[in-house]
Amino acid sequence: MSLLEARDIVAGYGETEILHGVSITVEKNQIVTIIGPNGSGKSTLLKTIFGLLRPKQGSVRFNGEDITGTPPETMVRKGLCYVPQSSNVFPSLSIHENLEMGAFVRKDDYSQRIREVYDLFPDLIKRKNDRAGTLSGGQRQMLAVARALMVDPVMLLLDEPSAGLAPNLVASVLQIIIGINQAGVAILLVEQNAREALKLSSRGYILASGQNQLEDDGNKLLNNPDVARLYLGG
Amino acid sequence: MAGMRKTSLRLPFHWTAGYSVLLGLVVVLILAFTSVIKLELVVNGLFLGTIIGLGAIGLSLVYGIHGFAHIAHGDFMTLGAYTSLFTLGVFLPRIGLDNVGLGPFTFGYPLFIALPLSMLFLVALAIGLDKGIYSRLRRRGVSSVVMAMTSLGVAIALRGLVQFVWGGGTEQYPRVSKDFYQLPMGVRIPPDNLFIVALTVIMVVALYLFLTRTRTGKAMRATSDNAELARVTGINTEHVLWWTWAISAALAATAGVLLAVFQAQLFPIMGWRFLIPLFAAVILGGIGNPWGALIGALIIGVSSEVSTQWLNPAYKTVISFAIMIVMLLLRPRGIFGVRD
Amino acid sequence: MEFQGILNYLVGFAIMAVIYSIFTLGLNVHWGYTGLFNIGVAGFFALGAYTSALLTTATPDPLKFEDYIFGGNLPALLGVFNLGIDLWFLVALLGAGAVCGLMALIIGSVTIRLRGDYLAIVTLGIAESVRYIFLNEKWLANGSKGLYRIPKYLGDWVSPQHYDYLFLVVVLIVLVVIYVAVERTIKSPWGRVLKAIREDELTAAASGKNVFSFKLQSFMLGAFIMGIGGALYAHNIRFIDPRTFDPLLATFIIWAMLMVGGSGNNKGAILGAFTVWGIWAGTQFLPGFLSDPNFRFIMVGLLIVVVILLRPGGILGEERKISASAAPPNKVAPPDA
Repeated sequence: MSLLEARDIVAGYGETEILHGVSITVEKNQIVTIIGPNGSGKSTLLKTIFGLLRPKQGSVRFNGEDITGTPPETMVRKGLCYVPQSSNVFPSLSIHENLEMGAFVRKDDYSQRIREVYDLFPDLIKRKNDRAGTLSGGQRQMLAVARALMVDPVMLLLDEPSAGLAPNLVASVLQIIIGINQAGVAILLVEQNAREALKLSSRGYILASGQNQLEDDGNKLLNNPDVARLYLGG
Repeated sequence: MAGMRKTSLRLPFHWTAGYSVLLGLVVVLILAFTSVIKLELVVNGLFLGTIIGLGAIGLSLVYGIHGFAHIAHGDFMTLGAYTSLFTLGVFLPRIGLDNVGLGPFTFGYPLFIALPLSMLFLVALAIGLDKGIYSRLRRRGVSSVVMAMTSLGVAIALRGLVQFVWGGGTEQYPRVSKDFYQLPMGVRIPPDNLFIVALTVIMVVALYLFLTRTRTGKAMRATSDNAELARVTGINTEHVLWWTWAISAALAATAGVLLAVFQAQLFPIMGWRFLIPLFAAVILGGIGNPWGALIGALIIGVSSEVSTQWLNPAYKTVISFAIMIVMLLLRPRGIFGVRD
Repeated sequence: MEFQGILNYLVGFAIMAVIYSIFTLGLNVHWGYTGLFNIGVAGFFALGAYTSALLTTATPDPLKFEDYIFGGNLPALLGVFNLGIDLWFLVALLGAGAVCGLMALIIGSVTIRLRGDYLAIVTLGIAESVRYIFLNEKWLANGSKGLYRIPKYLGDWVSPQHYDYLFLVVVLIVLVVIYVAVERTIKSPWGRVLKAIREDELTAAASGKNVFSFKLQSFMLGAFIMGIGGALYAHNIRFIDPRTFDPLLATFIIWAMLMVGGSGNNKGAILGAFTVWGIWAGTQFLPGFLSDPNFRFIMVGLLIVVVILLRPGGILGEERKISASAAPPNKVAPPDA
């Protein structure tokens, strides 16, 4: 049984249909990357999986359970977390408060978890009482991921975590993703830096015009000359 | 939640704005101590400002978190004042509690029973209105203007209700007259006003602790920052919306009761007339910023009182309106609003 | 005789319903066609009524302890230029409309650029300020004593007991003219741009339309119409004071009329005005608390809420897709980057 299975998803905004039957599978402990040109529906797919958009057709199963259109609160309780691409921290809350909000659904004592998360992101603990609005772009992405980790998730949906970051920061964000994955968290990643992302992925999907174009092992996609020409910029 | 939200419950001051407010305060005090303006007017303005502040904090919270201009807020105040009138004038005397003139105050300890009852009543009303009306409109995804329109309907119905039950005339809480405190420079302070300030300080501190120390309070600030992200994070935003109603309704009830004590009378249009100063304070402080609203309220209170030194006192409302317009022209995001 | 009494009552009722229809048409231009949330109708109502009254009332009579200092005395001033049809009336109506349009220009240029609900707060503030000013500046319009020598239009054409019939015809003609003008405007290229802005402001702005200027013009047009309504009211009752412009009968009830009839629909606006004014005037004959004006006050508020909840389009529904009350599905999220 796969961890996450999205089948034949048809979804969009109002009248506009963006996904025309996309399927995607993620196994336990895998990193899976979705690449594709702008407007191909990558972000829409993540939002639909997370229940922010109700698909017109198709289903999403998580841990063998049908979760199609479940409200976000329940998703988080089930261990599925989503980090949006932008505006993904609460700017007027302190860094520590942002993490506390990540643990909102937890009724138990999460002080141990908050220490673990700070250990993973040592930059954050130094500034734990600063407002998140004062963080740099890279630090914001770190905080957004850190907040999602507060519930000890089984799986993370990450929407372009390296968007708008300087190249050296991109590498460190991806390094952190590998670290999280090695701790046993499956990751579904939408990424602009397709090459780097595919290198660390066990599988990759190529999406174009709201449809599956190709799926394969990460390395095989990297070495596929057509993929390189069409989607990896030569 | 309707409408766009670009505001937040910011706690730290925006420093330049903070300094300009301090500078203004210093200028006012210098003018007062050199007798250019009467110090008593400044002091009175601060008292009035605390009452405006209690109303404006709640209005600002609703504006920031629900995302619409709650036009029934003034009438929430009126209803709060009148429910206390019922408790003080009818209910409590019937069971023998008709004490007035507690210590230096015009009212008696029954006010401490009436006020919580008013708060409870208003909280229940606000949550009932949300369940019956606003939550349906939220699910339908209507714009912030339609939400405001609906609250106008609610405002009219509430005022009609007050007039239907109590009539259109002027009423008073049971009271006895008390001597004012005579201070230097011709400042006279009714003892009741000290109670008003003390209660306001307690409530503002309680709200501060709630918003910064409790899980729900932090979730409110998070929702005010970014409602969509709050939902994604797993915060139950519906509960946050109810909490927001509860807090702002309780504050509005308090403001209404204190206003009735402050002006020593109640009338059905008292809350509606207060709407302009309330919104002026909210806009001055930056929509969604409760602390800004409080500062804005003090500015509005002092300027409208001080204006009576030269202008007809009937123009107090016009003065708060004029300040609001100037703010909208110069800096629509408010003194403490940050461009984002 | 009994019949005559009822007929006179009905004519008086109809005059007020027609005047309210004019306000509702003006509000429909604001809300129904442009989505401008004006809760200060009373301000324009008062401004229109006072302008027309001050233009036409005779200069103050010192023997009567009148406090105002200016009365335009237009009927006498125009003299033969009245052409036997009291042309001063037309000048007064247009003057009232123009003053309101000017006020709308001033308020609008400050607020229309800002978020939508600011306009509500500002129009409310204007309405209150206008009332306070007319109440306290006695030199302007006689303060709380009000203006009570407002002339009759074509007063010498018919006997006083039949005058209301004539005035009903007059207000009906004004209503028809305004109705046709608004319908034509809305169907003109200008109205089509307004519609485009209503449906998608960003797209309209992107295609080079000056959204702000169109909204401002619409705000001025609606205010102009309200000014004329106020002037007609002044010449109908022929007495105005600041209490006349209480928010209930000068703002709230007009909102109820528009919501009930159907915003975005001019026929609906008129139907709503007649329906709500019929209910308002009719319920005073009911027994017990039902005729209590405060009970009716509650009903006006509930009517607005109930219509928004249950029938956002009003009785007639929207003739075209209208701005905000059409409840578009939330189009928050943009397609992905």
